[in-house]
Amino acid sequence: MRFRDEYRDPEAARSLSEAIARLTTRPWTLMEVCGGQTHSIVRYGIDELLPGQVTLVHGPGCPVCVTPVDYVDKAIAIAGRPDTILCSFGDMLRVPGSNGDLFAAKARGADIRIVYSPLDALVVARANPGKEIVFYAVGFETTAPANAMAVYQAKREGLANFSMLASHVLVPPAMRAILSLPRNRVQGFLAAGHVCTIMGFDEYVPMAAEYSVPIVVTGFEPIDILEGVYMCVRQLEEGRAEVENQYSRSVRREGNVPAQAIMREVYRVVKRRWRGIGEIAESGLGISPAFRDYDAETRFGAVVPHEEAESECISGLVLCGEKKPTACPAFGTRCTPEHPLGVTMVSSEGACAAYYRYRGAPAAPSNPATGKMDRVPAEQGAV
Amino acid sequence: MANDESFALACPVPAPATDVVQLAQGSGGRAMERLLDTVFRPAFGNPLLDRRHDGARLDVSGPLAFTTDSYVVKPLFFPGGDIGTLAINGTVNDLAMCGARPAWLSAGFILEEGLPMETLRRVVLSMREAAAKAGVQIVTGDVKVVDRGKADGMFINTAGIGTIVSEAPIEPQQVRSGDTVILSGDIGRHGIAVMAMREGLGFESAIESDCAPVAAPVLALIDAGISLHCLRDPTRGGLASALVEIAETAGVSIEIAERDIPVREDVASACELLGLDPLHVANEGRFATFVPAAEAERALQILRAFEVSAGAAVIGRVGAGQAGRVTCRSAIGGTHVVDMLAGDQLPRIC
Amino acid sequence: MCLAVPGKVLSISGDDPVMRVARVDFGGIVKEINLAYTPEAAVGAYVLVHVGFAITVIDEAEAGRVFAHLREIADIEEELGARAEAAP
Repeated sequence: MRFRDEYRDPEAARSLSEAIARLTTRPWTLMEVCGGQTHSIVRYGIDELLPGQVTLVHGPGCPVCVTPVDYVDKAIAIAGRPDTILCSFGDMLRVPGSNGDLFAAKARGADIRIVYSPLDALVVARANPGKEIVFYAVGFETTAPANAMAVYQAKREGLANFSMLASHVLVPPAMRAILSLPRNRVQGFLAAGHVCTIMGFDEYVPMAAEYSVPIVVTGFEPIDILEGVYMCVRQLEEGRAEVENQYSRSVRREGNVPAQAIMREVYRVVKRRWRGIGEIAESGLGISPAFRDYDAETRFGAVVPHEEAESECISGLVLCGEKKPTACPAFGTRCTPEHPLGVTMVSSEGACAAYYRYRGAPAAPSNPATGKMDRVPAEQGAV
Repeated sequence: MANDESFALACPVPAPATDVVQLAQGSGGRAMERLLDTVFRPAFGNPLLDRRHDGARLDVSGPLAFTTDSYVVKPLFFPGGDIGTLAINGTVNDLAMCGARPAWLSAGFILEEGLPMETLRRVVLSMREAAAKAGVQIVTGDVKVVDRGKADGMFINTAGIGTIVSEAPIEPQQVRSGDTVILSGDIGRHGIAVMAMREGLGFESAIESDCAPVAAPVLALIDAGISLHCLRDPTRGGLASALVEIAETAGVSIEIAERDIPVREDVASACELLGLDPLHVANEGRFATFVPAAEAERALQILRAFEVSAGAAVIGRVGAGQAGRVTCRSAIGGTHVVDMLAGDQLPRIC
Repeated sequence: MCLAVPGKVLSISGDDPVMRVARVDFGGIVKEINLAYTPEAAVGAYVLVHVGFAITVIDEAEAGRVFAHLREIADIEEELGARAEAAP
């Protein structure tokens, strides 16, 4: 595929790898913000191509991971109602709520359908006039305009049986929250390229200046990420702290103007709780008053926040880049994709899941009785 | 539908009296006899089945392979096949993976009350064609009917017996360090074809399931004296699961290279769109084999002479790395571990 | 963030800007994609698609820039390498 395969070229990767090695004279800690970038790094083994002094830590750019458990519970509650169809992206189906996940709810008989696009949920609504259709909308700024369009079209059409349960989060406030942590060790950012495709990158300029961190808007293919690392390290080595755009084939400074216009109409900025991090002011998008009739919280009641139970899960520390998944004592033993303790292991974008899948569980010794490797037995994992 | 003349003329299965499956047809009485006589026996007819006994009497000597599988695919019909072709080829292929010549199958049907008779006839005909193509006979079977809502249309179980042709055992325990891993063709077609259909993804695409029997190339390898250390068909869970199971059971390290794994461009694109990894997507007409490195070239030549394995390629080797592990060298040179997934892959947006 | 895949616009239909759609070819798979957020997209253009929406038209000139930059880096490498060899 054009505009994809050439960014996976091994020669170009080697060339960038060598260039980064030459450039680096001191240790640097960079954070890639987006879960899609984390996935790419781990899947392609990109960190193996970096010199030891460059450390990549993984950021909170996984909307599935940071969605508060109360939204998951609300979605499950709505799906369990009679004559109701819940439409969702596949990513959300295995995220644990307080009592199981949407997948389990589906097994119990709830009508839950996976959709590829928010507009598919409108198709379901039109085809089922006697039922309530709720679209469970989770995402960052990348997905927010698409989700907004579903609500926008529903209102235009007067599609009365459609509403959206929206839990959108914004990236820049999360980055600021991380930078404000007294124990923050992130020195440079690879900003989320598709979020910036929608929003542009103006909002990063004051952040780079205030915290004196280079921010490089970066894409997702291996060559993009390597070039982003190169540009970020070069700034650090040269003592600069600016915003640069590696992903210029997709990102323009002003972003996607028509998308931002629809977002302004359909959403309003609200405070949001980030699972594992806590409340961040003005870090989310709720549905605006003009569209409140299409807000599932209007129809089915507001989501009630509640405190999460204490557990040994350290996903909050992983999401802020403080700890790597492998530093967690439960990683790969009590916490596995089959029995996740927290969201960073559930979501395929979560750093813990990415590490488990592409780096493997900690090596198990051979069973002396059978002489074979035993898989971690399911009973050992706590849910 | 019951009086569809053109269908009756074209096919040996005469139209039965009812147009949907009814509970009575599973109860062992006259209704069931009528169903067997009008749908199943005409389609599967062979001397053993026609004896109408509780079981088939087989006259065999020598080691046998015996396997069973149940088929619950949804939707029942998909591009490139249906539950019937899957049921035949799945069991034929499992026998082939044991180094056996597939010969006799049983077919057990659990039908949902209300299943259109037309659907049943189509599936039964598919099975007849698939059995003929694979050179096997369906010699015994069973039908039950369950209440509406209890069977997703229909479930099929097939068990199969084959005569073992290979002298040496073919199993993970025979895999040796230095062995070459050969894959018989491109991966990902079946899973994508079924998912696209089931989830209504609205693709305009030509992706069809690769569902097909693979016994012929396997028997050719055995016939040519190739030392087949292990055979495995990458069905549910994809190539990743098949290789991980072998690595763990055999306690060996398997190393594969992304750029060597054949994936058709449109299948790769569909996977990209859905956020799926082709390594975890099901295949129904493919197999992996482990052979000594010195025999790999000859094995490839033999495989490429058959249509179903024309795309055979070397994808990796059994190496000296961590035992029980499968690692993949990515397109850009970094490595990652290949593992089985916790459950089925779901399409993702993130 | 989020999975966005490049594809080529084969044909466009719809007058209403919000309902304007394109048939987009992703290496052999063709799917209908909403163009509400890329009103400038024309037949033959490459778009980046996320959850059924084109979120940007790919700037082909900028796409090449990555490789020009790489060649620059490679030239610098060569020069540095040559200097290192020449040094006593």
